[in-house]
Amino acid sequence: MSQSAIRADYRRTLTRRWLLSSPALLIVLLAATGPLLVVLLYSFLKAGPYGGVLPEFSPEAWIGVVMQRGLFDDTLSIADAHLAIFWRSIRLSLETTLLTLIFGFPTAYFIATRPPNTRELWLFLITIPFWTNLLIRTFAILQIIRNDGTINTVLLKLGLIGEPIRMLYTDGAILAGMVYVYLPLMVLPLYASMEKLDFRIVEAGYDLYATPFRVLRLVIIPLVKPGIVAGCILVFIPSLGAYVTPNVLGGGKNLMIGNLIELQFGQGRNWPLGSALSISLMAVVMAALIVYVRNADKTGGHHG
Amino acid sequence: MNEAIGIRDVSKVFGQGDTTFTAVARVNISIRENEFFTLLGPSGCGKTTLLRMIAGFEFPTDGEILLHGENIADMPPFRRPINTVFQNYALFPHMTVADNIGFGLRMLGKSKAEVSERVIEMLRLVKMEPMAGRRTSEISGGQQQRVALARALAPQPKVLLLDEPLSALDYKLRKEMQLELKRMQHETGITFIFVTHDQEEALTMSDRIAVMSKGQVLQVGSPRDIYDAPADRFVAEFIGETNFLTGRVRKIAEETAEVMLEGGAAISATAAGVGVGDDVTIVVRPEHAEVVAVPATGSAVTKGTLENVVYFGTDTHFHVRLPDGSVFVTRQQNRPRLSSEFAVGSEVSIAVAADAARILRAGA
Repeated sequence: MSQSAIRADYRRTLTRRWLLSSPALLIVLLAATGPLLVVLLYSFLKAGPYGGVLPEFSPEAWIGVVMQRGLFDDTLSIADAHLAIFWRSIRLSLETTLLTLIFGFPTAYFIATRPPNTRELWLFLITIPFWTNLLIRTFAILQIIRNDGTINTVLLKLGLIGEPIRMLYTDGAILAGMVYVYLPLMVLPLYASMEKLDFRIVEAGYDLYATPFRVLRLVIIPLVKPGIVAGCILVFIPSLGAYVTPNVLGGGKNLMIGNLIELQFGQGRNWPLGSALSISLMAVVMAALIVYVRNADKTGGHHG
Repeated sequence: MNEAIGIRDVSKVFGQGDTTFTAVARVNISIRENEFFTLLGPSGCGKTTLLRMIAGFEFPTDGEILLHGENIADMPPFRRPINTVFQNYALFPHMTVADNIGFGLRMLGKSKAEVSERVIEMLRLVKMEPMAGRRTSEISGGQQQRVALARALAPQPKVLLLDEPLSALDYKLRKEMQLELKRMQHETGITFIFVTHDQEEALTMSDRIAVMSKGQVLQVGSPRDIYDAPADRFVAEFIGETNFLTGRVRKIAEETAEVMLEGGAAISATAAGVGVGDDVTIVVRPEHAEVVAVPATGSAVTKGTLENVVYFGTDTHFHVRLPDGSVFVTRQQNRPRLSSEFAVGSEVSIAVAADAARILRAGA
């Protein structure tokens, strides 16, 4: 066979190989990209009176994301409620990410420093909560922090408090629930990068007069940074869109974006606004991701 | 000379309950200032554990570790004025070469000017000035080795520990680094404690060697002491090649014993602590014996069949099967235009140079 014939043959093989990925591409197209385009389209249409949309262009939904119309006239004002919900979502997600990092880092370090044959057991224990339905786990927390729940009952019996502490239906309750739910998502990527960590490098730090805190700051954290970034992304993104936890523990009063979106498609019967809010949420996630990735490239790109 | 490091009755036991493992068993060593001291032994002999206890990464189960007379056995590693060159260098992958070298000085709180001055000095010492800004992943194994050395020497430790630092290098580079290490030890005047399983490396570099096996120190001495007068069979076998002959002491005159070998011939050997009638093992180094023609002259001690002749360039090894079934090896230097006059399979005698045989007690 001539040189060019071989090359042409190779090119054909490559084309055929590309076909092998078509099932995956088809799924991405039908299940992700397609619906997303529908959502985008809906956000520019007019709301139907009983839900659904009317085939009529309207920017109303996008205006409604940040503005609200007066009840009796058409004056526009800033939609305080929406912005407050957006802000609460971002704040709670950031707090969740920070807390899971604070709890997850020592946990992952502990597991990574166990003898190799016992690490599997520890990882297994970390993943056990995943076996139970999220709703049931959330209701379990509800049982614990209710006014007549476990914590308050014990404290009352001990005489430490005179009346029950109100914990349920607060931002604190949502935060506690989300930290509990998302902690494994932080521990697993952290563990994955710590497991690869060469502990002789850590010893070299101690050997060169670095105190344990400085070894942590100057050696361990820079080396496991890819794991930290991955864990933060994995926790922050689902936190932003959390629905079940704020619904149960926030009592429908302390809404997050997820609840607000659900409200538009349900009781609110404003599908275009729900769609616009969904796209806005995606934009926030994208922005956060870009910040993360940029940051990771700059300082952590050479390692791991 | 002053003692730099004193190891006093140090033991290290790993594990708990029924599954304990004694890595180091009641070891006593005294390492002098400015000494190039080597811990030599096969893998698993406890030499690395002992080094890690001196560094502070492991704490002894029992005993004291003295640094200039002060017990540092329980002191954390970041307080000890002792630095380590790790086996795989353990350089900080997220820092440049210069930042790696300056790390220890920065942790000691030295001023910026002082750190950079010393880093430049160290880069010059290890001939790595052009590489200062490189990342450690961008330099070769030999260069990483030099950086690891510079990083450990930069804070001017009282003692430098080296954990098989040359084992990852190829033969030629290793030879080069052996000389370089020796030079640096000389220039800096720092006590070096070197761990290796390579007996040749230990012999060429060390002032003194401690031979370890199964957690115990078998012998401490200069390379010559250890090679010429091994304390027991393990040391004799581990350091260099050795032939063993067994026999019984017939008479003793001053430092020399006359030993009847099992083959019937007599040999005189340097003796220490043996009596007439004792069963003994005699050690003969291959280069101290010679293959001679069968109608033997006076110094021939035993006979056998020449089984193999191996040419090594500088010398030739003769493998002779003795009547008791063991193989005796002699090493003879090659001279120009001299071909071996012995054919494989022929009957030969073995002659041992005077004063070259040495007695080990039987069972030792």
